[in-house]
Amino acid sequence: MDPFKNNELLTIGTFLPLVGVVIMMFISAAEEQLHKMIAIVTAGATLVVGIITLLQYDYDASGQLQFVVNEEWISVINSNYNIGLDGISLPLYFLSMVVTFLVALYTYDNMPDAGSPKMFLMLMLILQVGMAGSFIAQDLILFFVFFEIVLLPMYFMIGVWGGEDRQYASLKFFLYTMFGSALMLVAFLAIYYNTGAESFAFQHLYEAGAGIGRNTQIWIFTGMFIGFAVKVPMFPFHTWLPDAHTQAPTQGSVILAAILLKLGTYGFVRIALPMLPQGAEAWAPVIAVLAVIGIIYGALGCLAQTDMKRLIAFSSVAHMGFVMLGISTLTVTGINAALFGMVAHGLITGMLFFIAGSVKHRYHTLEISRLSGMLIQVPKLGWLLGFSAMASLGLPGLAGFWGEFPALLASWNPNDAILGDQLELYRVLTVIAALGTVLAAAYLLWLYQRTAFGNPSPEFMPEAPAARSLSAAANDEHHDHHAADDIHDVTPLEWIAWTPFLVAIVVFGVYPQLMFEIMDPAVVELVNVIEAGVG
Amino acid sequence: MSQPSMLLAAEESGHAIGEASGWFLENAWLIPVIPAVAFFLILFFGKKLPRGGSEFGLAAMLGSLVIAAGATWQWISSTTSHYDEAGNYEVEPVIREIVWWQSGPYEFGLGQHIDGLAIMALLLVAFISTLVQLYSTEYVNGDRRYTHYFAALTLFSSGMLAMVLAPDMVQLILGWEIMGLCSFMLIGHWWEEQANSKAALKAFFTVRVGDMGLLVGTAMLLAIFGTLQISEINALAAAGEFDSQNMLMWTAVALFIACIGKSGQFPLHTWLPDAMAGPTPVSSLLHSSTMVVAGVFLVARIYPVFHVGLDINAAGQSVNLIAAIGGITLLVAAALAFVQNDIKKVLAYSTVSQLGYMMMGLGVGAWTGAVFHIFTHAFFKCCLFLAAGSISHTAAHHSFDMKKDMGGIWKKMPVTFGAWMVSTAALMGIPFTAGFFSKDEIIDSAKHFEYTWFYYAGIIGAFMTAAYMTRATYLTFFGKPRGAAAHYMGVEHDTHGEVHEHSAHPDEAEHADGHIPDHTVDAHDDHGHDDDHAHDGHATHGRPLPFAPFDSPWKITAPLIILAALAVGAGYLNAPALKIYWFEHQTESSIGLPIDHGDDHGGEETEEPHGDEEALVVSEVAAGANGPFASAAEGGDHSYEPSGPYAVPAPPVFTWANAAPGLILVALGILVSWFASLAVFARRKNPFSPFVGLTTRSRPIGALHSFLVNKLYLDHLYEKVIVRAVAHPIAKAAYWFNQNVIDGIVNTVGTVTRRLGGWVYRNIDQRVVDGAVNASGTAASESGHALQPVQSGKVNQYGALLFGAAGIGAILLIILNG
Repeated sequence: MDPFKNNELLTIGTFLPLVGVVIMMFISAAEEQLHKMIAIVTAGATLVVGIITLLQYDYDASGQLQFVVNEEWISVINSNYNIGLDGISLPLYFLSMVVTFLVALYTYDNMPDAGSPKMFLMLMLILQVGMAGSFIAQDLILFFVFFEIVLLPMYFMIGVWGGEDRQYASLKFFLYTMFGSALMLVAFLAIYYNTGAESFAFQHLYEAGAGIGRNTQIWIFTGMFIGFAVKVPMFPFHTWLPDAHTQAPTQGSVILAAILLKLGTYGFVRIALPMLPQGAEAWAPVIAVLAVIGIIYGALGCLAQTDMKRLIAFSSVAHMGFVMLGISTLTVTGINAALFGMVAHGLITGMLFFIAGSVKHRYHTLEISRLSGMLIQVPKLGWLLGFSAMASLGLPGLAGFWGEFPALLASWNPNDAILGDQLELYRVLTVIAALGTVLAAAYLLWLYQRTAFGNPSPEFMPEAPAARSLSAAANDEHHDHHAADDIHDVTPLEWIAWTPFLVAIVVFGVYPQLMFEIMDPAVVELVNVIEAGVG
Repeated sequence: MSQPSMLLAAEESGHAIGEASGWFLENAWLIPVIPAVAFFLILFFGKKLPRGGSEFGLAAMLGSLVIAAGATWQWISSTTSHYDEAGNYEVEPVIREIVWWQSGPYEFGLGQHIDGLAIMALLLVAFISTLVQLYSTEYVNGDRRYTHYFAALTLFSSGMLAMVLAPDMVQLILGWEIMGLCSFMLIGHWWEEQANSKAALKAFFTVRVGDMGLLVGTAMLLAIFGTLQISEINALAAAGEFDSQNMLMWTAVALFIACIGKSGQFPLHTWLPDAMAGPTPVSSLLHSSTMVVAGVFLVARIYPVFHVGLDINAAGQSVNLIAAIGGITLLVAAALAFVQNDIKKVLAYSTVSQLGYMMMGLGVGAWTGAVFHIFTHAFFKCCLFLAAGSISHTAAHHSFDMKKDMGGIWKKMPVTFGAWMVSTAALMGIPFTAGFFSKDEIIDSAKHFEYTWFYYAGIIGAFMTAAYMTRATYLTFFGKPRGAAAHYMGVEHDTHGEVHEHSAHPDEAEHADGHIPDHTVDAHDDHGHDDDHAHDGHATHGRPLPFAPFDSPWKITAPLIILAALAVGAGYLNAPALKIYWFEHQTESSIGLPIDHGDDHGGEETEEPHGDEEALVVSEVAAGANGPFASAAEGGDHSYEPSGPYAVPAPPVFTWANAAPGLILVALGILVSWFASLAVFARRKNPFSPFVGLTTRSRPIGALHSFLVNKLYLDHLYEKVIVRAVAHPIAKAAYWFNQNVIDGIVNTVGTVTRRLGGWVYRNIDQRVVDGAVNASGTAASESGHALQPVQSGKVNQYGALLFGAAGIGAILLIILNG
């Protein structure tokens, strides 16, 4: 199949989960295992389509859209069903499929307490449609529809299957995002009307958008900025995130961290920057400042946390700050770093949320002060936490580094054609952002020291402490099984669900070119569009 | 995806330059890869193996050593066959890279950059790592995390090896940070003790603070030179091809901050003594050839950046940042070494002090001396640590406290004692040991290149080194046996005059689990160990008392003997006193700058090096180091005119007259310290007796003493002031701001909007919103009803609110911009 010809691969890949949803609708909610199986199979089939997409993709032409479909959709407003995939969206599109599949798999053994896997998994599959759709859409209205499809399932996932404070958290999440979406839609409509109301197609708007007057561009950019910034989330629009993450069930947190947040940053890269280059030029320094505030502020927020999951949630604010810093440089390196950072953050923070979920499942608490000695009690889980913490703090050789370090490289050298007069500001920001890497080490290692090192706290020791620590001394899984009733090490299903994350973190960390090679040509095209637009 | 292609790059250059070649040189990248692979093998399969994975570690290090040795041999044959009559030993580095990551105009490589400096470091690291692995098989035998220990140790070596052959700054950072990770794992190896995990955290975190400089400095390098390839950076810096020397200076400063953190330079040296919490072989590896040397290595690796950026060797310069930090470090650390009771901490401060020498050497332009000091120091410092471990392992029952648990053991441990004495002599810089040749060149250079202050720092440091090592030697090996050592020696101790039961643990392997968790005496003197530990039944492993002379097992003594031999022998690779300049010739092309032999043609090599004394004994170094963009960089108010390419001065010619002051001070240091030790510790009457107890009698001296004991209060500043402030008030304030201000606004807006929502719904929604929007609204409403128990009706309202607001906004924008 020639990827440049019209074909249905993307459409199938995106909407396949709906088939599962339809089947599940007709099956009684009592058939819990069956529902789980259907969801896993559907997500698996979707992933297979994703793998086929990867194989069909022409990597030598990564700068261009592939698998393009452009069919008439809502002709009244000139909106088409216009989809395609290039180096910017491919990693995220595929990541969403992998994550949904693995999360569905994880759910098999770890259904949140509220029960009803039927509804839960149906929502998850619908969520996947929205996520994948957002990454392939090449039309503003289509993008907006997918973008909003994501909202409801997540709202219900938090609101129904969440923690004690779920009502507040889910409502806050929903309202906040809605507020952003509203302004975003306004901006979309404005850009449409300001380019002569001809088309919502990205490609068209890349060319026509630059023609809009500078002030108008700045106004429209403002709308998009708020819409996307809420989703990212950027300081000061981030306060929904810690609540949503903390209250969401593990599955929700993982998907939220791995994919949902990326819709915001993806929106900046795909829509806001190239369509409104002069708006971007004016906003870039502001974004950079807010991004760096987010890095430091998020890290400080982490240091103040007493709850493991909330700490991880706050760390997202800091990490997404690096992503936004990269984007704000308007350079190839910066945007490459941002895209890499999105995937890396998805994998690493997703993994951290998985671990937090498993800790909660075993200890029924995430209070850092009550946890201790995980390396003795659940050595493998403790190792995984250490691994993920190291990845999260940006250790070279693991994926997280490639989001942070190139972003710093880029912010020291922002695009001088566009941001030449802001050089000093960016350089100061670089140094402050580098301080963020130190703080990241501080909060993550501090978390690790308190939860994993030392001896297990007596409250979680079913047996006599001495016998317990001796059996753990053998560092053997079998010992842990009979020793503790609740507190056991990583289960086989967890291994299956997590291994792809772990492998990806190492593989992309050791050989980042695997992803840079795909993204780079597309980003070069993108930056050309921006530079041409600023003229 | 395209198969990454290996490309062999040999750069063209103006003058005739030899090309090094050979299988080992071209495949030197395998040297770090082998232990990296072994790391994963140990991690995944180690526990199932009879020797717990240590076989992988040892085999991998041997494999690396073989390749490193092969590469060394091929490098030497290349240099020897390529040196011409002008004394030109330059051989092009063997650079091979694959594209590690690309980004727009940039491509960053992963691979190898093999030249004299890299070869030296590769051989050194592979060699020391092999010995340490061998030693460890005995020393940590029976440890509960034996496998993890070897995994981390192997990865550690891999990190250092990857760093030293890095062709690119990014790979250098990779190796640098992997070492940071492994030091965290190894220092915190016995993490059940909070003190150990704290030390691990401190090491990682302190180094990380310095790493800010590395990240920012690397970004600055990219901005200045447009590349991160080390050979290109060096060439461009040496040729003066940059826009602003001021910026280059700041780059050098930023990168040097990283070196301060990593190499334990003042004022970030405080993590290093705490790092002694790790097992002793780890300390010996960390503090001899890896980790702490990384900072010095970085300066040596991209020396042109520092040399040009900081105007090193510019005429009239008497101080610069690197020399100043190095000089302060060497004195401060040496002073701190006097007040330690823990033998490992003496050695740790000694390492800091010697690293100060290396930095100072680089700061005054003595590149060769500094690099050679890296080389020689590795052997004798590794030997000293391993000797300390041997004592603790065999004689002192895992104690490292010289005052409590050692003394008089020279008779029983002849091999350990001999190795210790030889290495101590080398550390002090006694003539004809390795340390003498390398350290003397640094001190001599400081004098000749007119860094007079640093010359004094150097010789005073030599005095102090001699003195504290004499003190440590006395406490450890001489005098009356105390504590565990007394038990080991079969001598009754004054205060614990009883012979303990000692048959409970018949073999070596048994006692090793004494490490964990309640016997973590390795920790340090402030935490974890006291006399009690030293006096349970383990001390002699069941041998009858008193027993015959007995040293540690061969796996411990063999590395000691080899290292002790090298603590002397390694010096003869570059012994200016004997007119041997072999090491210098092998490595000088790595400096990246031309060597100025003192004639008028700065940078050109028309003289035969060291051939002619007259030409070389130049007290004024030719002003070859002035840049085209001369600016007073560090503390210099000198003015000078640009004079062509940058160059480093050739090392001064050795004369015994120049070395004499230092040597006299060393002798004096030994004597003073010996008699002072006798007076203080053995209460012998001698001229120093009046000084005994001075710290309690004299207030100022007592204050100085406690100032030193408290490590200059730097830890207080870092931990009690800075870290606590950030971790508590500042973080709490930020969080309060988050919860009450930002979230307060959000919640208020939410409430207001909710009230507005009703109004909007009633008045705007029904009239404005068009068909498509209505359809979506209905869909939202449907799903809302489906889950009514959750949020009955609200979704409907919000959907309406959204589209209502969007509609208004759209209309406004169209009107405004239409």
